[in-house]
Amino acid sequence: MRMALLVAGMVGTLPLGVPAVAAPVPRQADPLGSVMWEAVRDQYFGDAPVVFDDAVRVIAPAAAEDTRAVPLAVDATALDGVVEMLAIADLNPFPLVLRYHPGTSAPAFATRIKVQQATAVRGAARTADGVWHVSGMLVDAAGGGCSAPPVSYAQKDWADHVGEVQARLWPAGQDGIARLRMRIRHPNDTGLVDGIPAYFIETLSVRAETAGGTPELARIDSLEPVSENPVYTLDVRPPPGATALILHGRDNQGGEIRATIPMPPTGAQPAMSRMRDPRRSIGQ
Amino acid sequence: MRTRGLRRLALPMCLAALLCCGPAGAGAETAGPLTYGLTPKQVASDTYVFEGSTKHFTRANGGNILNSGFIVTADGVIVIQTGPSRRYGEEMRAAIRRITAKPIRKVFVSNLHPDYWLGNQAYRDVPIAALPGTIAGIEEEGKGIADNMYRLVGDWMRGTEVTLPTEPVHGSTVRFGDHVLRLIPLHGHTAADLMILDETTGVLFTGGVVFCGRTPTTPHATIADWLSELDEVDRLDIRLLVPNHGHVRADKACVAQTRDWLTWLDGALRHAADSGLDMAEALELPIPERFAGLDVLREEYRRSVAHLWPAIERELLPRVE
Repeated sequence: MRMALLVAGMVGTLPLGVPAVAAPVPRQADPLGSVMWEAVRDQYFGDAPVVFDDAVRVIAPAAAEDTRAVPLAVDATALDGVVEMLAIADLNPFPLVLRYHPGTSAPAFATRIKVQQATAVRGAARTADGVWHVSGMLVDAAGGGCSAPPVSYAQKDWADHVGEVQARLWPAGQDGIARLRMRIRHPNDTGLVDGIPAYFIETLSVRAETAGGTPELARIDSLEPVSENPVYTLDVRPPPGATALILHGRDNQGGEIRATIPMPPTGAQPAMSRMRDPRRSIGQ
Repeated sequence: MRTRGLRRLALPMCLAALLCCGPAGAGAETAGPLTYGLTPKQVASDTYVFEGSTKHFTRANGGNILNSGFIVTADGVIVIQTGPSRRYGEEMRAAIRRITAKPIRKVFVSNLHPDYWLGNQAYRDVPIAALPGTIAGIEEEGKGIADNMYRLVGDWMRGTEVTLPTEPVHGSTVRFGDHVLRLIPLHGHTAADLMILDETTGVLFTGGVVFCGRTPTTPHATIADWLSELDEVDRLDIRLLVPNHGHVRADKACVAQTRDWLTWLDGALRHAADSGLDMAEALELPIPERFAGLDVLREEYRRSVAHLWPAIERELLPRVE
C-alpha cells in the first residue's frame, strides 16, 4: 500500500516536458527484484524506454566492507553511441549517485559510493536513440553509510584542505584512450547528520588545454551518495596537441575546485588494464 | 538494529504463546536449540584447543571460526579468547568444567575482533585481561562490532552484550602455578595484538598474528607492522603454534604462509594502483595459484582491497595544483 502511494506520488511530480521518445517498450520486470525499482524507474527515466542489458557491466563487491565507500565501476563500452550514464543505489535515501556525460571519452566510469543498507546498485547508459540500458547487482551491507558523519570533520584543519586534488593521467593506448584517476578532498556531506548542512560536490568537468582552446572531454554531475574525498576513474580521449588537462568543479555551497593535470612524462606506460579490458575477469 | 528489535518483541510473544496454548506452541520453533558442540582437543600437556571453522562468520557456524583454548595450571585455568557470542562463552566454560574442576583463574583476549571477546559475559566473575589498545578499541568499536555480528550470524548472538575486558596487561612474564606465560604485546594485525607463549609447554597462542590455511583478515591491519610481528614469531622458540584461525601445527610453516600472503597482497595492490587500475577493477585481480589452498580466498581478498586500497591510492596519486 505504502509502495503504491509512493510510486503514485513520484509519477505526480515528474518534470513536465520530458521529450517524446521512440515507441514505448514493454515494462520489464526487474531482474534484481528490488522493491524500489518501479519508483526509481519513474523518477529517473520517466517515460523513456528502459531495457535490462548486460552489455552494461557493473562491478561492485557482493558485500560492502565499508558502507561509506563502496567501489563501483560502470562500463558501457560494449554499446555504441552512449550519451549519458547514471549510477543508482535503489534503497539509498537519495538513490541517484551521479550522471556522467562521457562526451568524447569512453562510456565508462568508476568511483566509490555510500550505501545506507543492502541494495540493488545499478548502472544505466542512454544511447543516442533514447533507450536506457540498465544492469546492476545486489550489494549486501550493514546500515548507515549515508548517515554517518564525514571522517574529515575530526581533523581540525579539514577546511584548509577542501578542494585539494590528487590526479594522474596515464598515456593513451593505440585507441587514443587515456586513463585518468582523480581524488578530491571534500567532506561530500549528505546533510543527514542533524544540524550539519549538505555539503557536496555537484559538478566536475575535465577539459584539455590546447593551442586552439579548451574542449570539454567529460563531465560529471555528482550527488550526495558519492563517497567522502571522492575518487574517479575515467577513460578520456585527449586531443592531439593537448598540453595538460584541466579539472574544474563546484560544490553546492559555491566552493570551486580547480586543478591542472600534467600530461604523462615521456616513456610512461599506458594504464595496465582499462575497464573494458577482458583480462580483468581472470581469476574469477 | 531492526532485527534485534524484532527479536526483543518476538521473545515475549513466544512465551505468551507457550503460556496460553501449552506444549503445542513449541512447534513454532523451526529448529532445535542452537549449539556449537564445543569439544576441547588436548594439544599439549594441560593445554586444550577448541578448533573452529576456517570459513567466514555464517548463520550455519554461528561465528565459530576461531581456535580458543585453555591451560589447566596448578593455580587454576587460563582461558584464551572467549569466542563470538555469549552462547559460545557459556558453552566453552561448561566444556572446560567437564575437563577440570579447577576455577577459572584468568581470561586473556588477544585483540578487538568479534570472535575474541564477545563471549566475555560468560567470564564476568573472573579477571578478563587484554592490552590497553585492545580495551580502547573495544570501547570505541565494540557496539558496532556486536551489531554487525547480530546481522551476520543472527540468533546465535541472542543475549550477547558488549562486555569490556577488566584488566589491562603489558608485556611481561607471569607464573600461574606450574606454567610460565610470556605475554607478548605487538601491533600490525590490529593496533594491539597479544600473543601468549607458554614457556612451560612451548605452545604459542598467536591470536591474529598468524593464519594457517585460512586467508588473513585485514580490517585493522598495517601490513609493514604485521610483517615485523611475523619476524618476532620467527625469533621465538616454540613447540606448537596455535593460530586463532586455521590449523594447529608443530612447525612455523604458517608464519611463512602468512608473510607470503601479506607481501603479495600489498605488492599486488600497489602495483595495480600505480598502473592505473580503479579499486573496483582491483577486486578482480588474479590471485596466484600458490594461495589456492587458503580458505575463503577471494572473499577475504576483496575485503582486503576495501581495507587497504584507499590508503595506497592516497599515497600514490600525485598532488596537482
